[in-house]
Amino acid sequence: MTKYKTVFASLDHFEKGGVEVINDDPKNYVFSNMFDVASRSKPWEKVAIARNQEYVLEAIRAEGTSSWRVTPHDEFALVVDGEVVIDLLDPDKTLVDPSSSGSISLAGEPAGKPMGTITAGRGHLALLPAGKCYRMSAQRPSVVVLQTIMGPETIERWSTICQKF
Amino acid sequence: MTDTSTVKSESPNEHGYKPFTLGGFRFERDEHFVHVQWPTGRHVAAAEPFLKALMRDVAWNFFYGTVNFDSVIGTLNHYGDVDLFAGRFNEEYRKAELDHSENFPHDEIKATFQAMLDDWVNEDFDPFAAPMETGSAYGEKTGSNAPAVTRTRIAAKRMVGLPNDEPLRSDESGYPVNRAFVDVDQSEPKVKVNKGYENEVSAFNFFAYLSRSDVTWNPSVVSVCRDSLLCPTTKEFILPIIHGNDRVEWFVQLSDEIIWEVEDRETGKPRAKVVMKAGDCAAMPADIRHQGYSPKRSMLLVWENNSADLPGLIARGEAPTVPVTF
Repeated sequence: MTKYKTVFASLDHFEKGGVEVINDDPKNYVFSNMFDVASRSKPWEKVAIARNQEYVLEAIRAEGTSSWRVTPHDEFALVVDGEVVIDLLDPDKTLVDPSSSGSISLAGEPAGKPMGTITAGRGHLALLPAGKCYRMSAQRPSVVVLQTIMGPETIERWSTICQKF
Repeated sequence: MTDTSTVKSESPNEHGYKPFTLGGFRFERDEHFVHVQWPTGRHVAAAEPFLKALMRDVAWNFFYGTVNFDSVIGTLNHYGDVDLFAGRFNEEYRKAELDHSENFPHDEIKATFQAMLDDWVNEDFDPFAAPMETGSAYGEKTGSNAPAVTRTRIAAKRMVGLPNDEPLRSDESGYPVNRAFVDVDQSEPKVKVNKGYENEVSAFNFFAYLSRSDVTWNPSVVSVCRDSLLCPTTKEFILPIIHGNDRVEWFVQLSDEIIWEVEDRETGKPRAKVVMKAGDCAAMPADIRHQGYSPKRSMLLVWENNSADLPGLIARGEAPTVPVTF
């Protein structure tokens, strides 16, 4: 019986594929690799690796402790390398317009009730609920893919991260 | 419950299979093949790939855009009604004026396709399974496999695992770890929930959830951010359809490798090959069709924008066919 080995990638070990053009422009495929992106990012930078109209997937290099953030809509954090601790807090007052898009960074620690803590390893998906605050921390460089909507802190650097030729 | 009153079928043929008609199309199968006839032509397809494509089309409610069963037969979803076509997206058929397309209410075409699956899938064959995990699609009619052909696409309302949402998978619920993913870590995240926040403090092992999928090439919705849907799936062997996009779609390769053959959506002419390894991200533009090949069962995150406005905006040229320019 075949013994299968599932190949995952990480910050320390990733191998990129690519677009082999027949009759097209490779830029149409916006091809990148999340670990390549995170390996060249500063801690907690929110770098878009996929965009569909206003929606984005962001690659985040998790390292140290992030600022507290508040999100107007649900976000989802998929840890794809390392381990990330997520603290969740229910703020005493509304901190973000619920009709806005994208999470925003907060100055200092917001007042509110602790909701709980999630310790997520590779392959774990966590809900970051609408209207609530969160803070992430990682003892060693880790990577999170965030399902969210473009916000003021989303970084688009497609020409740097994507295959062009 | 599907309304079967519009289904037009005949008595079983000498192989035990019922022929079906839908408008000007006639479908018949024998031991090896499915034969399709329409007013200007005919087509023959091997039974196994045809049934695998038919299964996806039904389970996905005709999906986003075009579901090409092969280079000739397929469906085009208008979200409420559906075109069944022959040669519509084949340049040579169109030049020869052999192409044909008819529009049907969603429920009518779905009921006919479901009836074909019910009758044409034998008891040993599961059209959603990987080749090494199912019996043969060929031969004379031998029983049926209702549990396999009536699966519906899983679609979480907010996130899998939350109270009152889609459940997690486990041995107990009938989802053992797949043979190709026995090395995938099954440990769950540590979740400490303070009283009153049980519905909002939640996490689960997404990779373990995928490792327990019993189907291939069947994206299911796992988390929802307004119209943004994470639709992961496991892939093994060949995508049984050639998917023609009516909007941009994104692929994020989570494990192993898939090779995508990309063609022009209208003509079928080759445009590119996209090789995706773990961690790679790539867009499928809104004017292409694609088919994937996964040598080892792999995990792919399909990311969709479910906005109902997008196909019209793109068709009218009011939105681009590529997600970004740089």
